[in-house]
Amino acid sequence: MAAVAALYDEFKSLDVEVLSLSTDSRFVHQIWQREELSKMVDGGVPFPMLSDGGGKIGSIYGVYDEAAGVDIRGRFIIDPDFVIRAMEVLTPEVGRNPAELLRQVKAFQHVARTGEVTPSGWEPGDTTLSPGPDLVGRVWEVWKP
Amino acid sequence: MSNLKDGCVKPVKGPILSEAAPETSSGASVIQEVKKMLAKVGKEAIDFEASAFIAGEGFKPVKLSDYKGKWIVLCFYPGDFTFV
Repeated sequence: MAAVAALYDEFKSLDVEVLSLSTDSRFVHQIWQREELSKMVDGGVPFPMLSDGGGKIGSIYGVYDEAAGVDIRGRFIIDPDFVIRAMEVLTPEVGRNPAELLRQVKAFQHVARTGEVTPSGWEPGDTTLSPGPDLVGRVWEVWKP
Repeated sequence: MSNLKDGCVKPVKGPILSEAAPETSSGASVIQEVKKMLAKVGKEAIDFEASAFIAGEGFKPVKLSDYKGKWIVLCFYPGDFTFV
């Protein structure tokens, strides 16, 4: 969470709202913020920290581990039409890479804006593709890994 | 932080499913525990309401659909005070 908070200005500049969820209560979120997160990141976590008591929300998002009673690491990108564009789910031992999350958000925003598609590893400024009959079998002419 | 007043227990809706709840013959709605994963890429997000802590604001219920019209990143994690 702290890693996402550290990049929060960049998420804001892309007009992205971040919401975090765990099965902890809102009171625990507050104390975590005060005791630890605010010492990791200036100002602490600036986005709403939601409580998913009982894992009911995590269950429908496919991230609730019933045996452990917690939501595992899952992150979802939702577009302005309320459509889920991406999901990534990890078991708890490995942390996420917020830079990759940012890259995907930028790519989805570019696609939504332009109708182009973005090849593997695309970063803003890189070549995009415009699917159509002229491109079939000729991607190699404009893009290579 | 002005408004941190809150009761001990505050019910929130949790998942808000669009399908009407199945009804019994007496007309009362059946309460069923939702366990199935419904979220799918390319499909509409499932709305929910959860109680939240927001720095500088305090506690309030938040609905996912409050943010409709914006790009949203939803991050689940195993727990506060965990290590990664």
